[in-house]
Amino acid sequence: MTAMQHDPAYNFAYLDEQTKRMIRRALLKALAIPGYQVPFASREMPMPYGWGTGGVQVTAACLTPEDRLKVIDQGADDTTNAVSIRKFFERTAGVATTEHTNEASVIQTRHRIPEAPLGAGQILVYQVPIPEPLRFLEPRETETRKMHALEEYGLMYVKLYEDIAHNGAISTAYAYPVKVEGRYVMDPSPIPKFDNPKLESGAIQLFGAGREQRIYAIPPYTQVVSLDFEDHPFEPSKADHDCDLCGCGTSYLDEVITDDAGGRMFVCSDTDFCAARQAEGHRGRLSGEDAA
Amino acid sequence: MYVAVKGGERAIDAAHEWLAEERRGDPQVPELSLAQIREQMSLAVNRVMAEGSLYDPELAALAIKQARGDLIEAIFLIRAYRTTLPRIGHSRPVETSAMRCDRRVSATFKDAPGGQVLGPTFDYTHRLLDFKLAAEGEAPVARQAEPTLAPTPRITEFLNRDGLIQDEAHSDETPPDMTRQPMEYPADRSTRLQALTRGDEGFVLGMAYSTQRGYGRNHPFVGELRIGAVEVEMEIPELGFDICIGEVTLTECETVNQFMGSKTEPAQFTRGYGLVFGQTERKAISMALVDRALRWEELGEENVGAPAQDEEFVLAHSDNIQATGFLEHIKLPHYVDFQSELELVRKMRREVEGSMKEAAE
Repeated sequence: MTAMQHDPAYNFAYLDEQTKRMIRRALLKALAIPGYQVPFASREMPMPYGWGTGGVQVTAACLTPEDRLKVIDQGADDTTNAVSIRKFFERTAGVATTEHTNEASVIQTRHRIPEAPLGAGQILVYQVPIPEPLRFLEPRETETRKMHALEEYGLMYVKLYEDIAHNGAISTAYAYPVKVEGRYVMDPSPIPKFDNPKLESGAIQLFGAGREQRIYAIPPYTQVVSLDFEDHPFEPSKADHDCDLCGCGTSYLDEVITDDAGGRMFVCSDTDFCAARQAEGHRGRLSGEDAA
Repeated sequence: MYVAVKGGERAIDAAHEWLAEERRGDPQVPELSLAQIREQMSLAVNRVMAEGSLYDPELAALAIKQARGDLIEAIFLIRAYRTTLPRIGHSRPVETSAMRCDRRVSATFKDAPGGQVLGPTFDYTHRLLDFKLAAEGEAPVARQAEPTLAPTPRITEFLNRDGLIQDEAHSDETPPDMTRQPMEYPADRSTRLQALTRGDEGFVLGMAYSTQRGYGRNHPFVGELRIGAVEVEMEIPELGFDICIGEVTLTECETVNQFMGSKTEPAQFTRGYGLVFGQTERKAISMALVDRALRWEELGEENVGAPAQDEEFVLAHSDNIQATGFLEHIKLPHYVDFQSELELVRKMRREVEGSMKEAAE
């Protein structure tokens, strides 16, 4: 949690200042047009495409030496790729890091929004694999750009309708499409749809897709609506259990296989949230054993 | 019993230690030097320079060593390093007609000014394993002829003089730099050529091959293939004139393709172009074929829906660093998404099972 000296072989936060300025310009444009995908000249980073290079570049462009950074993957601070990205910024920016959501000024995330509400003064940076919500309906960028320009989202509604016709329900469980401020349909990155309501937030939310060279954003307190139908309203969902470690009945849960006889347990995917609740004395079905 | 996983950091460190040990291999076996890789694995070095978009044989050799011979991994190392290099300026366009050719062949003319030079090619070797090489090898010395100092004009220019081949549009505009600007479709030809020259050799080869097998066939002949060193010149603003700052070895391929004509235009041959760092012949020829296929619109051809004619398809999938990164990222944890799908599938099954039960009653 202490700030370190950054590796003098690299510029602060790895990218050179001109590249950071280019990214900041894209970020400002993205904030000015909520939900619109701004092309940017993504750089080749020392981690693979698809592993968070977009998020890493956005974080690099936002970080100041005074920031306190948190990195999560699947809600957890200790997943391997989160560890790797946190180490990268410890080395190249020397910024302080934390696992506590409320202490962080910049949070880079993959696939989750923290359970604890975020507020003013915080930036949430999402890693985005495929920024285009229409991509799997229309593979061509030339076409999807046109569809956004013309606000031609009928295809998306047809897809959702067909889901209902075939399966009785909208069969999108994550990366559930949203409409931002009544204009652009946006991919919220592969967060579970459980997290969608949290997209309306007091924090700045920035989305970086490195390989696809796109940045987009949701400014604080922007309207974000998950697409649905009046007779099939959007429904955030989670495993129908309480956390087995902290007893929480409202957090998103990971299912963990515990033996080869069908035994399983459910635990909060947000590790910081779960640990904080346990520290406050909350207990779940399996606490008290060697669980914690 | 489940224990909250807190070992990520230690596991990563341990994995890296093991990787370093594996990279070195048996310590009883002498270590490879960069000079050995550079001199004896030079075609691997060339590929890493070409697809890494950085001409530095020493760094490419280092990358190959560090990557344990995985060339895509080596290319990745070079690309990531390239990001950190400041952009001082750009060179003048290289003059490939002034190339000092190690190899120069034409498939369209039996002979031409400057002559055919086979150079160090595998072409006519019989692919028989040479077991002598497995023993301590000697250092073979090739016979030498006097170098020809005669100029080697481009073969396609002979055709152009008679108007038999389509003329290329001339432009002094600074081309866009695909490493500094986001890709936009439709892309101009300059951007396409940049993407192809750094594109994955296997992918570009496969695309080119598909045109030969009929998916957008364009009847190519290798008008000329040349490999050799060219000087790189740069204008130094303080001096106000160009100076030579070094030289690079390039492979250039110009194809002569099927002719076209109409009622108003007389029939003409068309061209495809390939230019790649180092001795990288397969890649340069492939590039020329794919370049030609992508020019269907400009040359007034029909789009027959072949993959190699589809600019967005070719350019968006030719980069092996993008491709391998995205492909391999599915190894990363996805349990949050998976959990979400698991819940959905369980719910949908419950509903169906419920209604089937009702129907049975």
